[in-house]
Formats: sequence, structure tokens, C-alpha cells
Amino acid sequence: MAAPLYGLVLAGGRSSRMRSDKAALTYQGEAQLERAVRLLGGLLPRVFVSVRADQAEEPLRARFERIVDRHEDLGPIAGVLAAQAAHPAAAWLVLACDLPLLDSATLDTLLREREPGRLATAYRSSHDGLPEPLCAIYEPASAAALRAHVAAGKRCPRKFLASADAKLIEEPNPRALDNINTPEEYARAMTTLTRPATRVSVQYYALLREQAGRREETLVTDAGTAQELYAQLAQRYPFTLPAQMLRVAVNAEFVEWDRVLKDGDAVVFIPPVAGG
Amino acid sequence: MRPFLFTGAPIEGAALRAALADPGCGGFASFEGWVRDHNEGARVQRLEYEAYEPLAVREGERIVAEAIARFGVARAACVHRLGTLQIGEVAVWVGVSSAHRDEAFRACRYIIDEVKHRLPIWKKEHYLNGDSGWVNCERCAAPAHPEHAHPRD
Repeated sequence: MAAPLYGLVLAGGRSSRMRSDKAALTYQGEAQLERAVRLLGGLLPRVFVSVRADQAEEPLRARFERIVDRHEDLGPIAGVLAAQAAHPAAAWLVLACDLPLLDSATLDTLLREREPGRLATAYRSSHDGLPEPLCAIYEPASAAALRAHVAAGKRCPRKFLASADAKLIEEPNPRALDNINTPEEYARAMTTLTRPATRVSVQYYALLREQAGRREETLVTDAGTAQELYAQLAQRYPFTLPAQMLRVAVNAEFVEWDRVLKDGDAVVFIPPVAGG
Repeated sequence: MRPFLFTGAPIEGAALRAALADPGCGGFASFEGWVRDHNEGARVQRLEYEAYEPLAVREGERIVAEAIARFGVARAACVHRLGTLQIGEVAVWVGVSSAHRDEAFRACRYIIDEVKHRLPIWKKEHYLNGDSGWVNCERCAAPAHPEHAHPRD
């Protein structure tokens, strides 16, 4: 029988790079913290907010059930340890509050893929392949291992998951766990959220396949056209071919670069060809 | 036979030619592209072909249909190899049968030229010195490259 699963939204960060409280940043009229609690509240029987002692009475946080850190300067691990100490029989779905692009598919998939017999279930980052510790499920049995990790002088939760018996799964939406730490990232996230997002698949061939390190992927993008999509991907991958040298196909037909992308489109960027 | 096909197996010209036989035809022209042991001054050890097949097949069928319509030939087909090819192997085969030789030659030429320019097919050359490169992609893409002639084939 799996342990009961509670939610823990981490709101104890210092937001130093943002220079304002990240939990209170609003998107479409809702504070990030409220949104995270709401998303988990729809899925789990209890949701707590993890706070530092000096934040416990801050009005936004005080609206929710709180768990106060017992360690100073341990970062997010302090929040997980405090939750595990407060409810040792529970498993915890730990969620950072600064994930504006988080969607319900990402949470649903995590719940569905949960393996209570392991110490944790977590996503493999679409950016670097390492575990994502701040949208992950920590089983009760992970508490001892986490305490040992900290006792050994380590405080990085990614390294904990990388070394622990954690089940790692693929993200259904590779941008869902992009966190925001700076005013610039906040501005970009705002733009993304207010523009319609499109779900497309991209297949890579030849040199682009090698440079992207993959044959295909499905992604949610705010790119309006094929041209914008290539520009976005060129930020993520070390593409050397400028768009002028490529052609583009959507749904197995050549199209113009200003082709507007629609949900479900299959996009292929065509490097200079060399048949025969 | 289908007007355009990809294959992972060696191309057998004789069998393909037989499939285009037609009692109303007085001539047959074909072209075979072979894997050559050198390109642009580098010694080639083997080639690797890949294609975006759904689009390439569709476009390849269009090219063959265009050749038949434009030159009035009886039958035409093209087969392109994919995967790893050694020196001397056939990479592409084009065959055209028609009443008279002139349109057969011209249709054959049209198909191979269009196939090279239009189909999403890529080849990676592996060189004797251990290097490799995607033809038409690598040198052009270098941020600051000296002027060079674009390969003609």
C-alpha cells in the first residue's frame, strides 16, 4: 500500500536574483504560490507551503497550511526535510513555486508514473538530462537517505536524486519545468503565457539530427511561424546552419518559412540536400 | 513498379530494367549514380544516406510523373538507396522506356537532376583519414569560411 501523498510547495527561497518575492509574482492575476497550491490541491488530499521561520506570518503564505524550515541555508532540501519530519508516514510531491509554465499534464504524468517502491520519482530534465528535484515525489523511505546526504555535507537535491534509487521519467512538455529567477525570465514567461502555445512535433535529419542530439521531439512553443520555431531551437541547440540555407516542411509538404504553426503540426527543417 | 522507391538493399539494375519493358517501346535509357572514392580532393571510404522518407517519396513520385508528362515517355522509375554504401555501389538508379531514344535520354536526365535538387536526401561522407562530413552542409555553415566552389554532384 503506497504511503499517502501530500503536496509541498516550496516558497522559502530568498528570490535574491529576482529582487522581489517570487511567490508573489502574478501571472494572469494569480500569484505563483496560489497557482501552485491550486494545481496540487486539485490532485492531492493535503497541500502545505514550505517557508522559512521569518516568512511564516507573511500574508500570502499565511493563507495556507505552512511547514517551517528547521535548517538555515540548506536551500530546498530544508523544506523537504521539515515536511518529512512533520509527517513521517507521508510521501511528498515537492513543487517549486516558480514554474509558471507548469501544466496539469506534467503533474498527472508524475502521479501516474509514481513508483512507491523506489525512493523517489522525478523528471529527467529536457535541458541537461539530470533529475529535476523540484517537481518530484519523495517517498517516506527517502527521508533517511536525504538526512544522510545532508549529514555528509551535501545540499544539492539534484545530486541526491542522481545518486538515490529514483525513477526518472520523460517530461511530456519540455518547457513545463523552466523556472524563473530573474526579471528577464519573468518577462519572457509572461510573453509565453499570453501568447497561444502550440504543440508541434519536430523531426531532425542529418547534420541537424546530430547537432540536436535527437531524432524527434514534441514541444509546446509560442513560436507563431516555422521561422520563429527554428530561431528558438537554434538557441537551444548548437545549430550551425542559418535558416537561409534550409527549407522547411510541415506535415510532409514543403512550406514557406512564414507558415503559421498549428496544433499537431509535424515540422521538419531540411538541410541542404545531397541525393544521388 | 512504383515510380519512386527507397531501398536498404543493393540496387539490381537488370531486374528494374525488366520491370519497365514495354512492347510499344523502341528504347530504354538509364542512369546509375555510383559511390566514388574521392570528392573535392578528399579520399572517400564509404557513404551514409538518409532521407525524410514521407516527403521524399511524395516528391520523387511527382518528379517521375513530371518527366512522363513533359517528355511523353512510356514508363519511368527511380530507386534510391539508403544506409551505408561502399565504394562502387549503386546509390541511385533511373530508368526510362519510350518509343524513341531522344525523349528517353531527356526524361532520364530530368529525373536525376530533379532528384538531386529537390528530394530531402542527405549523404555523409566518411573519409579515409577518419573524418566525416555532411555533403553541402558543413563547410557552408562554418562561421567564417574561405570562398569555395560548391560541389556539383
